[in-house]
Amino acid sequence: MTAPRLAGVPILRLGDVLVTGLLNELDDGAAVAFTEELTERISGSSARGVLIDISRLEIIDSFVARTLMELTTVARLLGARVIVAGMRPPVAITLVELGIELVGVETALNAEQGLAALGWRQAPDPVEGSRRGAGR
Amino acid sequence: MAPAGESALASWVTTVPTSAEERASAPAAHVVRTEEDLLTVRHAVRAATVEVGFGLVDQTRVVTAASELARNAYVHGGGGTVTIEYPRRPGGRGLRLVVKDDGPGIADLDAALTDGFTTGSGLGHGLGGARRLMDEFTVQTTPGGGTVVTVTRWTAR
Repeated sequence: MTAPRLAGVPILRLGDVLVTGLLNELDDGAAVAFTEELTERISGSSARGVLIDISRLEIIDSFVARTLMELTTVARLLGARVIVAGMRPPVAITLVELGIELVGVETALNAEQGLAALGWRQAPDPVEGSRRGAGR
Repeated sequence: MAPAGESALASWVTTVPTSAEERASAPAAHVVRTEEDLLTVRHAVRAATVEVGFGLVDQTRVVTAASELARNAYVHGGGGTVTIEYPRRPGGRGLRLVVKDDGPGIADLDAALTDGFTTGSGLGHGLGGARRLMDEFTVQTTPGGGTVVTVTRWTAR
């Protein structure tokens, strides 16, 4: 038995929300690995929401669009709501011309708004110089 | 400049341009045999769009069209080549992609250009989508004889 290929991008858990992203260099194998790892994490952590940041994607072709649509559907079947955040404006224009509307995929302008939609709120004003965190 | 064709294509692959000017205008052929080649093609086309002077939206259109066509050649044609050309016309520069494969050809071209039609694992927007993203679009295909898709986008329309 071979070890499953890892997607190569971190999937972070913040409470009941998973936060992850797509890199520009997505090939078929990486897309499949990402979908599998994410669905395992959803079921393993009982996540209710998934934020996928796509601000790194310089293009979305029909292959990547299909991956996003399938991911969203699979996650929904597992009870998690997916929000795809941070699409670059030229990518949005091109997608429409390509004839792809990403039907069923919820989007947000950026990760912050996506997280807010998933129930996360911005923390109170951070104190200057407090970014060290508490002993981590 | 060499005319388009089989023998010329072969010479482009092996000939290294000498001057910077020649390098800017000489066509470059990229082989598409693997997944990684698709990424290489995308990078090469992106660099070419920058060189020609396209804005960000046009860059994105052309690279997306290249990705669709290269994937078509890879998935349906069993691999092929993507040649980048730099045509000029009065008042504008252009970028032309010649995507060639030796696959089974497209049996029903009208159907293949229809959104949602797919014989593969995509969304069926590849060919028709690439046509909409580019200014010029031609397909030559013969059953059993492979497919050549030629697309061009101009800086000034």
